[in-house]
Amino acid sequence: MIRLENVSKVYPRAARAALDDITLEVAKGEFVFLVGQSGSGKSTLLRLVLKEERPSSGTIHVAGKELNSLSQWKVPELRRQIGTVFQDFRLLPNKTVTENVAFAMHVLGASVKEVRRAVPEVLELVGLDGYGKRRPNQLSGGEQQRVAIARAFVNQPKILLADEPTGNLDPTTSVGIMKLLDRINRTGTTVVMATHDSGIVDQMRKRVIELDSGCIVRDQVRGVYGYSG
Amino acid sequence: MRARFLASEVGLGLRRNLTLTVAVVVTVAISLALLGVGLLANSQVKVMKDYWYDKIEVSVFLCGNLSESPSCTGGAVTAEQRDAIEGDLRALPVVSTVYYESQAQAFARFKDRFKGSAIAANVTQDQLPDSFRVKLKDPKQFAVVQSAFAGRPGVDSVQDQRAVLEKFFSLLGVLRDGALAIGLISVLTAALLISNTLRIAAFNRRRETGVMRLVGASSFSIQLPFILEGVIASIIGWAISTGLLAALKSLIDTRVAPLLTFTKFFAWSAVWQASGFLLITGFLVSSIASLLTLRKYLRV
Repeated sequence: MIRLENVSKVYPRAARAALDDITLEVAKGEFVFLVGQSGSGKSTLLRLVLKEERPSSGTIHVAGKELNSLSQWKVPELRRQIGTVFQDFRLLPNKTVTENVAFAMHVLGASVKEVRRAVPEVLELVGLDGYGKRRPNQLSGGEQQRVAIARAFVNQPKILLADEPTGNLDPTTSVGIMKLLDRINRTGTTVVMATHDSGIVDQMRKRVIELDSGCIVRDQVRGVYGYSG
Repeated sequence: MRARFLASEVGLGLRRNLTLTVAVVVTVAISLALLGVGLLANSQVKVMKDYWYDKIEVSVFLCGNLSESPSCTGGAVTAEQRDAIEGDLRALPVVSTVYYESQAQAFARFKDRFKGSAIAANVTQDQLPDSFRVKLKDPKQFAVVQSAFAGRPGVDSVQDQRAVLEKFFSLLGVLRDGALAIGLISVLTAALLISNTLRIAAFNRRRETGVMRLVGASSFSIQLPFILEGVIASIIGWAISTGLLAALKSLIDTRVAPLLTFTKFFAWSAVWQASGFLLITGFLVSSIASLLTLRKYLRV
Protein backbone atom coordinates (compact mmCIF):
# COMPACT_ATOMS: atom_id res chain seq x y z
CA MET A 1 0.00 0.00 0.00
CA ILE A 2 2.88 2.35 0.85
CA ARG A 3 6.41 1.66 -0.38
CA LEU A 4 9.45 3.90 0.03
CA GLU A 5 12.71 3.04 -1.73
CA ASN A 6 15.93 4.83 -0.74
CA VAL A 7 14.00 7.98 0.05
CA SER A 8 15.92 11.02 1.29
CA LYS A 9 14.59 14.46 2.01
CA VAL A 10 16.78 17.48 2.58
CA TYR A 11 14.97 20.75 3.24
CA PRO A 12 16.57 23.84 1.70
CA ARG A 13 19.20 25.41 3.99
CA ALA A 14 18.89 22.53 6.47
CA ALA A 15 22.07 21.30 8.11
CA ARG A 16 21.18 17.61 7.79
CA ALA A 17 18.69 15.44 5.96
CA ALA A 18 15.20 15.14 7.46
CA LEU A 19 15.04 11.63 6.02
CA ASP A 20 18.16 9.71 5.05
CA ASP A 21 17.88 6.79 2.65
CA ILE A 22 14.66 5.29 3.99
CA THR A 23 13.34 2.02 2.58
CA LEU A 24 10.15 0.55 4.01
CA GLU A 25 6.96 -1.11 2.95
CA VAL A 26 3.54 -1.04 4.61
CA ALA A 27 1.18 -3.74 3.39
CA LYS A 28 -2.55 -3.34 2.82
CA GLY A 29 -4.50 -3.52 6.07
CA GLU A 30 -1.46 -3.09 8.33
CA PHE A 31 -1.34 -0.94 11.48
CA VAL A 32 2.02 0.76 11.87
CA PHE A 33 3.37 3.02 14.62
CA LEU A 34 5.98 5.53 13.58
CA VAL A 35 7.96 6.48 16.68
CA GLY A 36 10.95 8.67 17.40
CA GLN A 37 11.87 11.99 18.96
CA SER A 38 10.69 15.32 17.63
CA GLY A 39 12.64 16.10 14.48
CA SER A 40 13.37 12.44 13.76
CA GLY A 41 11.48 12.69 10.45
CA LYS A 42 8.04 11.22 11.29
CA SER A 43 6.03 14.17 10.02
CA THR A 44 8.23 14.56 6.94
CA LEU A 45 7.53 10.94 6.06
CA LEU A 46 3.76 11.52 6.34
CA ARG A 47 4.02 14.69 4.22
CA LEU A 48 5.90 12.78 1.54
CA VAL A 49 3.17 10.14 1.41
CA LEU A 50 0.57 12.93 0.93
CA LYS A 51 2.77 14.53 -1.72
CA GLU A 52 2.83 17.75 0.24
CA GLU A 53 6.60 17.52 -0.20
CA ARG A 54 8.73 15.92 -2.87
CA PRO A 55 11.59 13.62 -1.89
CA SER A 56 15.11 14.83 -2.68
CA SER A 57 15.82 11.34 -3.97
CA GLY A 58 14.24 7.91 -4.03
CA THR A 59 10.83 6.69 -5.11
CA ILE A 60 7.53 6.47 -3.24
CA HIS A 61 4.55 4.30 -4.18
CA VAL A 62 1.20 5.00 -2.52
CA ALA A 63 -1.97 3.07 -3.36
CA GLY A 64 -0.43 1.84 -6.59
CA LYS A 65 0.81 5.25 -7.76
CA GLU A 66 4.41 6.36 -8.17
CA LEU A 67 4.46 9.83 -6.68
CA ASN A 68 7.44 11.38 -8.51
CA SER A 69 5.77 10.92 -11.88
CA LEU A 70 2.29 11.78 -10.58
CA SER A 71 1.31 15.09 -12.13
CA GLN A 72 0.25 17.89 -9.83
CA TRP A 73 -3.36 17.88 -10.99
CA LYS A 74 -3.68 14.22 -10.06
CA VAL A 75 -2.58 14.87 -6.48
CA PRO A 76 -6.20 15.43 -5.29
CA GLU A 77 -7.05 11.97 -6.61
CA LEU A 78 -4.21 10.53 -4.51
CA ARG A 79 -5.38 12.38 -1.41
CA ARG A 80 -8.89 10.93 -1.77
CA GLN A 81 -7.31 7.56 -1.03
CA ILE A 82 -5.82 8.91 2.19
CA GLY A 83 -7.58 10.13 5.33
CA THR A 84 -5.54 12.39 7.59
CA VAL A 85 -5.84 13.15 11.30
CA PHE A 86 -3.76 15.68 13.23
CA GLN A 87 -2.86 16.47 16.81
CA ASP A 88 -4.79 19.78 16.61
CA PHE A 89 -7.96 18.23 15.05
CA ARG A 90 -8.34 21.02 12.43
CA LEU A 91 -12.14 21.21 12.67
CA LEU A 92 -14.07 24.16 11.24
CA PRO A 93 -15.22 26.10 14.32
CA ASN A 94 -18.32 27.68 12.78
CA LYS A 95 -19.76 24.43 11.48
CA THR A 96 -21.56 21.77 13.49
CA VAL A 97 -20.23 18.23 13.89
CA THR A 98 -22.49 17.02 11.07
CA GLU A 99 -21.48 19.92 8.82
CA ASN A 100 -17.80 19.32 9.53
CA VAL A 101 -18.05 15.70 8.41
CA ALA A 102 -20.42 16.53 5.53
CA PHE A 103 -17.97 19.21 4.31
CA ALA A 104 -15.45 16.52 3.36
CA MET A 105 -18.12 14.82 1.23
CA HIS A 106 -19.60 17.98 -0.29
CA VAL A 107 -16.27 19.28 -1.56
CA LEU A 108 -15.83 16.02 -3.46
CA GLY A 109 -19.22 16.43 -5.09
CA ALA A 110 -21.34 14.05 -3.02
CA SER A 111 -25.10 14.47 -3.32
CA VAL A 112 -27.25 15.58 -0.40
CA LYS A 113 -28.74 12.09 -0.28
CA GLU A 114 -25.35 10.39 -0.02
CA VAL A 115 -24.28 12.83 2.69
CA ARG A 116 -27.46 12.24 4.71
CA ARG A 117 -26.86 8.51 4.61
CA ALA A 118 -23.12 8.41 5.27
CA VAL A 119 -22.66 11.07 7.97
CA PRO A 120 -24.86 9.52 10.72
CA GLU A 121 -23.28 6.14 9.95
CA VAL A 122 -19.74 7.37 10.44
CA LEU A 123 -20.70 9.40 13.52
CA GLU A 124 -22.11 6.24 15.03
CA LEU A 125 -18.89 4.40 14.13
CA VAL A 126 -16.77 6.93 16.02
CA GLY A 127 -19.17 6.93 18.98
CA LEU A 128 -20.66 10.39 18.50
CA ASP A 129 -24.25 9.34 17.95
CA GLY A 130 -26.46 12.33 18.82
CA TYR A 131 -23.60 14.90 18.80
CA GLY A 132 -24.39 16.05 15.26
CA LYS A 133 -25.75 19.50 16.09
CA ARG A 134 -22.96 20.52 18.46
CA ARG A 135 -20.10 22.79 17.52
CA PRO A 136 -16.44 21.93 18.09
CA ASN A 137 -16.12 24.34 21.05
CA GLN A 138 -18.86 22.41 22.84
CA LEU A 139 -16.88 19.18 22.64
CA SER A 140 -14.03 17.72 24.69
CA GLY A 141 -10.65 17.12 23.03
CA GLY A 142 -11.36 13.42 22.64
CA GLU A 143 -14.73 14.12 21.07
CA GLN A 144 -13.19 16.64 18.68
CA GLN A 145 -10.62 14.08 17.63
CA ARG A 146 -13.42 11.61 16.97
CA VAL A 147 -15.07 14.15 14.68
CA ALA A 148 -11.75 14.61 12.88
CA ILE A 149 -11.44 10.84 12.47
CA ALA A 150 -15.03 10.65 11.21
CA ARG A 151 -14.22 13.36 8.65
CA ALA A 152 -11.04 11.55 7.56
CA PHE A 153 -12.88 8.25 7.25
CA VAL A 154 -16.21 9.29 5.73
CA ASN A 155 -14.92 9.13 2.14
CA GLN A 156 -13.73 5.53 2.72
CA PRO A 157 -9.98 6.06 2.21
CA LYS A 158 -7.65 3.10 1.79
CA ILE A 159 -5.06 4.64 4.11
CA LEU A 160 -5.44 6.62 7.33
CA LEU A 161 -2.48 8.77 8.35
CA ALA A 162 -2.51 10.02 11.94
CA ASP A 163 0.09 12.54 13.10
CA GLU A 164 0.19 12.45 16.92
CA PRO A 165 -3.59 12.01 17.19
CA THR A 166 -3.40 11.58 20.97
CA GLY A 167 -0.82 14.30 21.52
CA ASN A 168 -3.35 16.69 23.10
CA LEU A 169 -5.39 14.07 24.97
CA ASP A 170 -5.22 12.51 28.42
CA PRO A 171 -4.32 8.80 28.68
CA THR A 172 -7.87 7.53 29.25
CA THR A 173 -9.24 9.47 26.27
CA SER A 174 -6.26 8.33 24.20
CA VAL A 175 -7.16 4.71 24.82
CA GLY A 176 -10.64 5.40 23.41
CA ILE A 177 -9.15 6.99 20.29
CA MET A 178 -6.78 4.03 19.84
CA LYS A 179 -9.69 1.61 20.09
CA LEU A 180 -11.42 3.62 17.38
CA LEU A 181 -8.34 3.58 15.12
CA ASP A 182 -8.05 -0.15 15.72
CA ARG A 183 -11.69 -0.59 14.70
CA ILE A 184 -11.07 1.41 11.52
CA ASN A 185 -7.99 -0.74 10.85
CA ARG A 186 -10.17 -3.86 11.16
CA THR A 187 -12.37 -2.61 8.30
CA GLY A 188 -9.31 -3.15 6.09
CA THR A 189 -7.95 0.40 6.19
CA THR A 190 -4.18 0.72 6.41
CA VAL A 191 -3.28 2.91 9.41
CA VAL A 192 0.02 4.72 9.87
CA MET A 193 0.28 6.61 13.15
CA ALA A 194 3.14 8.84 14.20
CA THR A 195 3.35 9.15 18.00
CA HIS A 196 5.49 9.76 21.09
CA ASP A 197 2.96 8.01 23.32
CA SER A 198 4.92 5.06 24.73
CA GLY A 199 2.02 3.74 26.82
CA ILE A 200 -0.20 3.33 23.80
CA VAL A 201 2.48 1.73 21.64
CA ASP A 202 3.33 -0.75 24.39
CA GLN A 203 -0.32 -1.62 24.89
CA MET A 204 -1.29 -2.12 21.24
CA ARG A 205 1.60 -4.41 20.28
CA LYS A 206 1.54 -3.48 16.59
CA ARG A 207 4.37 -3.06 14.13
CA VAL A 208 6.73 -0.29 15.26
CA ILE A 209 9.11 1.65 13.02
CA GLU A 210 11.50 3.88 14.95
CA LEU A 211 13.18 6.81 13.29
CA ASP A 212 16.21 8.63 14.62
CA SER A 213 17.73 11.62 12.80
CA GLY A 214 16.03 10.55 9.58
CA CYS A 215 17.17 6.90 9.65
CA ILE A 216 15.18 3.79 10.48
CA VAL A 217 16.82 2.33 13.59
CA ARG A 218 14.20 -0.33 14.30
CA ASP A 219 11.38 -2.10 12.47
CA GLN A 220 9.68 -4.55 14.77
CA VAL A 221 6.54 -6.65 14.40
CA ARG A 222 4.42 -6.46 17.56
CA GLY A 223 6.88 -3.98 19.01
CA VAL A 224 6.98 -1.63 21.99
CA TYR A 225 7.99 2.02 22.23
CA GLY A 226 11.42 1.67 23.82
CA TYR A 227 14.06 -0.97 23.22
CA SER A 228 12.82 -4.24 24.57
CA GLY A 229 15.92 -6.18 23.64
CA MET B 1 -19.20 20.07 -5.86
CA ARG B 2 -22.97 20.36 -6.06
CA ALA B 3 -24.59 23.67 -6.94
CA ARG B 4 -26.45 23.92 -3.65
CA PHE B 5 -23.36 23.44 -1.52
CA LEU B 6 -21.39 25.81 -3.76
CA ALA B 7 -24.10 28.48 -3.47
CA SER B 8 -24.18 28.22 0.32
CA GLU B 9 -20.37 28.46 0.54
CA VAL B 10 -20.30 31.50 -1.78
CA GLY B 11 -23.12 33.19 0.15
CA LEU B 12 -21.31 32.51 3.43
CA GLY B 13 -18.09 33.96 2.03
CA LEU B 14 -19.79 37.12 0.73
CA ARG B 15 -21.59 37.71 4.03
CA ARG B 16 -18.60 37.00 6.23
CA ASN B 17 -16.55 39.58 4.32
CA LEU B 18 -19.45 41.99 3.95
CA THR B 19 -17.50 45.26 4.26
CA LEU B 20 -14.94 44.11 1.72
CA THR B 21 -17.67 42.84 -0.58
CA VAL B 22 -19.33 46.26 -0.44
CA ALA B 23 -15.97 47.92 -1.15
CA VAL B 24 -15.47 45.72 -4.21
CA VAL B 25 -19.02 46.39 -5.47
CA VAL B 26 -18.66 50.16 -5.10
CA THR B 27 -15.18 50.29 -6.63
CA VAL B 28 -16.20 48.17 -9.59
CA ALA B 29 -19.37 50.25 -10.06
CA ILE B 30 -17.50 53.55 -10.08
CA SER B 31 -14.58 52.42 -12.19
CA LEU B 32 -16.80 50.76 -14.79
CA ALA B 33 -19.02 53.88 -14.83
CA LEU B 34 -15.95 56.06 -15.49
CA LEU B 35 -14.87 53.77 -18.28
CA GLY B 36 -18.45 53.89 -19.57
CA VAL B 37 -18.38 57.69 -19.61
CA GLY B 38 -15.26 57.45 -21.77
CA LEU B 39 -17.05 55.08 -24.14
CA LEU B 40 -20.09 57.36 -24.31
CA ALA B 41 -17.83 60.35 -24.99
CA ASN B 42 -16.44 58.34 -27.88
CA SER B 43 -19.95 57.70 -29.25
CA GLN B 44 -20.75 61.37 -28.76
CA VAL B 45 -17.75 62.45 -30.83
CA LYS B 46 -18.85 60.05 -33.57
CA VAL B 47 -22.42 61.31 -33.47
CA MET B 48 -21.27 64.92 -33.67
CA LYS B 49 -18.87 64.20 -36.53
CA ASP B 50 -21.63 62.49 -38.51
CA TYR B 51 -24.00 65.34 -37.73
CA TRP B 52 -21.62 68.16 -38.56
CA TYR B 53 -19.70 66.66 -41.44
CA ASP B 54 -23.05 66.11 -43.06
CA LYS B 55 -23.67 69.86 -42.94
CA ILE B 56 -20.27 71.34 -43.70
CA GLU B 57 -19.27 72.69 -47.05
CA VAL B 58 -16.24 73.78 -48.97
CA SER B 59 -16.43 77.44 -50.02
CA VAL B 60 -14.84 78.50 -53.27
CA PHE B 61 -14.65 82.31 -53.03
CA LEU B 62 -14.54 84.13 -56.32
CA CYS B 63 -12.56 87.26 -57.09
CA GLY B 64 -14.24 90.57 -56.33
CA ASN B 65 -13.12 94.16 -56.86
CA LEU B 66 -11.24 94.18 -53.58
CA SER B 67 -9.54 90.76 -53.84
CA GLU B 68 -5.77 90.88 -53.45
CA SER B 69 -4.64 87.32 -54.11
CA PRO B 70 -2.37 86.72 -57.18
CA SER B 71 -5.06 84.82 -59.05
CA CYS B 72 -7.30 87.91 -58.97
CA THR B 73 -4.97 90.27 -60.85
CA GLY B 74 -7.44 90.21 -63.75
CA GLY B 75 -10.05 91.97 -61.57
CA ALA B 76 -13.45 90.63 -60.62
CA VAL B 77 -14.48 87.23 -61.89
CA THR B 78 -16.11 87.24 -65.33
CA ALA B 79 -19.35 85.45 -66.15
CA GLU B 80 -17.48 82.99 -68.44
CA GLN B 81 -14.94 82.20 -65.72
CA ARG B 82 -17.73 81.64 -63.22
CA ASP B 83 -19.62 79.29 -65.53
CA ALA B 84 -16.42 77.35 -66.28
CA ILE B 85 -15.65 77.00 -62.56
CA GLU B 86 -19.17 75.81 -61.83
CA GLY B 87 -19.00 73.29 -64.70
CA ASP B 88 -15.65 71.93 -63.50
CA LEU B 89 -16.90 71.72 -59.91
CA ARG B 90 -19.93 69.68 -60.96
CA ALA B 91 -17.68 67.43 -63.05
CA LEU B 92 -15.55 66.43 -60.02
CA PRO B 93 -16.52 62.94 -58.85
CA VAL B 94 -16.03 63.83 -55.13
CA VAL B 95 -18.54 66.66 -55.32
CA SER B 96 -22.06 65.98 -54.23
CA THR B 97 -23.89 69.31 -54.68
CA VAL B 98 -22.92 72.85 -55.70
CA TYR B 99 -24.84 76.03 -55.26
CA TYR B 100 -23.96 79.57 -56.03
CA GLU B 101 -24.13 82.35 -53.44
CA SER B 102 -24.29 85.79 -55.05
CA GLN B 103 -22.94 88.97 -53.43
CA ALA B 104 -26.52 89.98 -52.58
CA GLN B 105 -27.18 86.64 -50.82
CA ALA B 106 -23.85 86.83 -49.02
CA PHE B 107 -24.67 90.35 -47.87
CA ALA B 108 -28.09 89.30 -46.59
CA ARG B 109 -26.57 86.40 -44.68
CA PHE B 110 -23.81 88.61 -43.29
CA LYS B 111 -26.29 91.19 -42.05
CA ASP B 112 -28.38 88.48 -40.50
CA ARG B 113 -25.41 86.97 -38.66
CA PHE B 114 -24.06 90.26 -37.31
CA LYS B 115 -27.43 91.81 -36.62
CA GLY B 116 -27.23 94.76 -34.26
CA SER B 117 -23.44 94.92 -34.53
CA ALA B 118 -21.48 97.93 -35.81
CA ILE B 119 -19.76 95.71 -38.37
CA ALA B 120 -22.98 95.17 -40.29
CA ALA B 121 -23.49 98.91 -40.71
CA ASN B 122 -20.00 99.45 -42.16
CA VAL B 123 -20.04 96.68 -44.74
CA THR B 124 -21.44 97.18 -48.19
CA GLN B 125 -22.59 94.52 -50.63
CA ASP B 126 -19.65 94.83 -53.03
CA GLN B 127 -17.15 94.21 -50.25
CA LEU B 128 -18.38 90.65 -49.92
CA PRO B 129 -17.28 88.05 -52.49
CA ASP B 130 -19.66 85.77 -54.29
CA SER B 131 -18.87 82.09 -53.91
CA PHE B 132 -19.71 78.47 -54.72
CA ARG B 133 -20.82 76.38 -51.77
CA VAL B 134 -19.76 72.83 -52.44
CA LYS B 135 -20.88 69.76 -50.54
CA LEU B 136 -18.57 66.76 -50.83
CA LYS B 137 -19.55 63.13 -50.85
CA ASP B 138 -16.76 62.51 -48.38
CA PRO B 139 -15.83 65.60 -46.34
CA LYS B 140 -12.23 64.37 -46.05
CA GLN B 141 -11.69 64.83 -49.80
CA PHE B 142 -11.19 68.58 -49.44
CA ALA B 143 -7.66 68.43 -50.88
CA VAL B 144 -9.01 67.40 -54.29
CA VAL B 145 -11.07 70.59 -54.56
CA GLN B 146 -8.28 72.67 -53.09
CA SER B 147 -5.67 71.51 -55.61
CA ALA B 148 -8.02 71.83 -58.58
CA PHE B 149 -9.28 75.36 -57.89
CA ALA B 150 -6.86 77.28 -55.65
CA GLY B 151 -4.87 79.74 -57.76
CA ARG B 152 -7.12 79.39 -60.78
CA PRO B 153 -7.94 82.74 -62.40
CA GLY B 154 -11.15 84.10 -60.96
CA VAL B 155 -10.87 82.05 -57.75
CA ASP B 156 -9.81 84.05 -54.72
CA SER B 157 -9.51 81.27 -52.17
CA VAL B 158 -10.83 77.82 -51.24
CA GLN B 159 -11.91 77.35 -47.65
CA ASP B 160 -12.84 74.18 -45.78
CA GLN B 161 -15.23 74.54 -42.84
CA ARG B 162 -13.97 71.18 -41.68
CA ALA B 163 -10.70 72.82 -40.58
CA VAL B 164 -12.62 74.83 -38.00
CA LEU B 165 -14.54 71.79 -36.79
CA GLU B 166 -11.36 69.72 -36.60
CA LYS B 167 -10.06 71.97 -33.83
CA PHE B 168 -13.28 71.49 -31.91
CA PHE B 169 -13.22 67.73 -32.42
CA SER B 170 -9.60 67.41 -31.41
CA LEU B 171 -10.54 69.14 -28.15
CA LEU B 172 -13.41 66.67 -27.69
CA GLY B 173 -11.00 63.86 -28.53
CA VAL B 174 -8.66 64.93 -25.74
CA LEU B 175 -11.57 64.93 -23.30
CA ARG B 176 -12.64 61.46 -24.48
CA ASP B 177 -9.10 60.07 -24.19
CA GLY B 178 -8.82 61.53 -20.71
CA ALA B 179 -12.09 59.90 -19.63
CA LEU B 180 -10.98 56.56 -21.08
CA ALA B 181 -7.60 56.79 -19.37
CA ILE B 182 -9.17 57.58 -16.00
CA GLY B 183 -11.63 54.73 -16.54
CA LEU B 184 -8.88 52.26 -17.36
CA ILE B 185 -6.78 53.31 -14.38
CA SER B 186 -9.72 52.93 -12.02
CA VAL B 187 -10.58 49.52 -13.51
CA LEU B 188 -6.99 48.54 -12.75
CA THR B 189 -7.47 49.80 -9.20
CA ALA B 190 -10.62 47.68 -8.92
CA ALA B 191 -8.64 44.66 -10.11
CA LEU B 192 -6.03 45.25 -7.40
CA LEU B 193 -8.75 45.62 -4.78
CA ILE B 194 -10.38 42.37 -5.91
CA SER B 195 -7.01 40.67 -5.72
CA ASN B 196 -6.37 41.93 -2.19
CA THR B 197 -9.89 41.07 -1.07
CA LEU B 198 -9.47 37.51 -2.27
CA ARG B 199 -6.12 37.29 -0.53
CA ILE B 200 -7.80 38.23 2.73
CA ALA B 201 -10.69 35.86 2.04
CA ALA B 202 -8.27 33.04 1.30
CA PHE B 203 -6.41 33.78 4.53
CA ASN B 204 -9.65 33.94 6.54
CA ARG B 205 -10.72 30.60 5.19
CA ARG B 206 -7.38 28.81 5.33
CA ARG B 207 -8.90 26.18 7.65
CA GLU B 208 -11.60 25.34 5.12
CA THR B 209 -9.24 25.27 2.16
CA GLY B 210 -6.78 23.21 4.22
CA VAL B 211 -9.46 20.60 4.86
CA MET B 212 -10.47 20.66 1.20
CA ARG B 213 -6.89 20.02 0.14
CA LEU B 214 -6.51 17.15 2.59
CA VAL B 215 -9.63 15.30 1.56
CA GLY B 216 -8.59 15.64 -2.07
CA ALA B 217 -10.72 18.41 -3.52
CA SER B 218 -9.39 19.51 -6.91
CA SER B 219 -7.76 22.94 -7.01
CA PHE B 220 -10.57 24.07 -9.30
CA SER B 221 -13.25 23.24 -6.74
CA ILE B 222 -11.17 24.90 -4.00
CA GLN B 223 -10.83 28.09 -6.07
CA LEU B 224 -14.31 28.19 -7.57
CA PRO B 225 -16.12 29.68 -4.52
CA PHE B 226 -13.56 32.50 -4.32
CA ILE B 227 -13.71 33.22 -8.06
CA LEU B 228 -17.51 33.25 -7.97
CA GLU B 229 -17.46 35.69 -5.05
CA GLY B 230 -15.26 38.07 -7.04
CA VAL B 231 -17.34 37.67 -10.18
CA ILE B 232 -20.68 38.11 -8.38
CA ALA B 233 -19.45 41.28 -6.64
CA SER B 234 -18.24 42.58 -10.02
CA ILE B 235 -21.54 41.82 -11.72
CA ILE B 236 -23.45 43.69 -9.02
CA GLY B 237 -21.00 46.57 -9.53
CA TRP B 238 -21.57 46.38 -13.28
CA ALA B 239 -25.36 46.57 -12.83
CA ILE B 240 -24.90 49.72 -10.74
CA SER B 241 -22.55 51.23 -13.34
CA THR B 242 -25.11 50.62 -16.09
CA GLY B 243 -27.71 52.32 -13.89
CA LEU B 244 -25.37 55.32 -13.55
CA LEU B 245 -24.83 55.53 -17.31
CA ALA B 246 -28.59 55.29 -17.94
CA ALA B 247 -29.12 58.08 -15.41
CA LEU B 248 -26.51 60.17 -17.24
CA LYS B 249 -28.30 59.56 -20.56
CA SER B 250 -31.72 60.55 -19.24
CA LEU B 251 -30.19 63.61 -17.57
CA ILE B 252 -28.73 64.66 -20.94
CA ASP B 253 -32.05 64.02 -22.69
CA THR B 254 -34.14 65.97 -20.21
CA ARG B 255 -31.81 68.76 -19.07
CA VAL B 256 -28.94 69.27 -21.50
CA ALA B 257 -30.37 68.49 -24.96
CA PRO B 258 -33.10 71.21 -24.78
CA LEU B 259 -30.37 73.79 -24.11
CA LEU B 260 -27.91 72.64 -26.76
CA THR B 261 -30.10 72.38 -29.81
CA PHE B 262 -27.25 72.79 -32.30
CA THR B 263 -26.07 69.21 -31.90
CA LYS B 264 -27.36 65.68 -31.54
CA PHE B 265 -26.50 63.42 -28.61
CA PHE B 266 -25.64 59.71 -28.48
CA ALA B 267 -28.61 57.33 -28.60
CA TRP B 268 -29.76 54.80 -25.98
CA SER B 269 -28.22 52.07 -28.12
CA ALA B 270 -24.80 53.59 -27.31
CA VAL B 271 -25.59 53.18 -23.59
CA TRP B 272 -26.48 49.51 -24.00
CA GLN B 273 -23.46 48.93 -26.20
CA ALA B 274 -21.18 50.49 -23.59
CA SER B 275 -22.92 48.46 -20.89
CA GLY B 276 -22.29 45.21 -22.76
CA PHE B 277 -18.65 46.12 -23.17
CA LEU B 278 -18.42 46.95 -19.45
CA LEU B 279 -19.96 43.59 -18.54
CA ILE B 280 -17.30 41.77 -20.55
CA THR B 281 -14.57 44.00 -19.09
CA GLY B 282 -15.81 43.52 -15.51
CA PHE B 283 -16.11 39.78 -15.92
CA LEU B 284 -12.69 39.38 -17.51
CA VAL B 285 -10.91 41.70 -15.08
CA SER B 286 -12.42 40.10 -11.98
CA SER B 287 -11.89 36.52 -13.10
CA ILE B 288 -8.32 37.14 -14.27
CA ALA B 289 -7.48 39.00 -11.04
CA SER B 290 -9.05 36.12 -9.05
CA LEU B 291 -7.22 33.40 -10.94
CA LEU B 292 -3.84 35.09 -10.66
CA THR B 293 -4.29 35.78 -6.94
CA LEU B 294 -5.59 32.33 -6.07
CA ARG B 295 -2.88 30.58 -8.04
CA LYS B 296 -0.45 32.26 -5.70
CA TYR B 297 -2.33 31.84 -2.42
CA LEU B 298 -4.26 28.60 -2.81
CA ARG B 299 -1.76 26.03 -3.92
CA VAL B 300 -2.68 22.37 -3.85
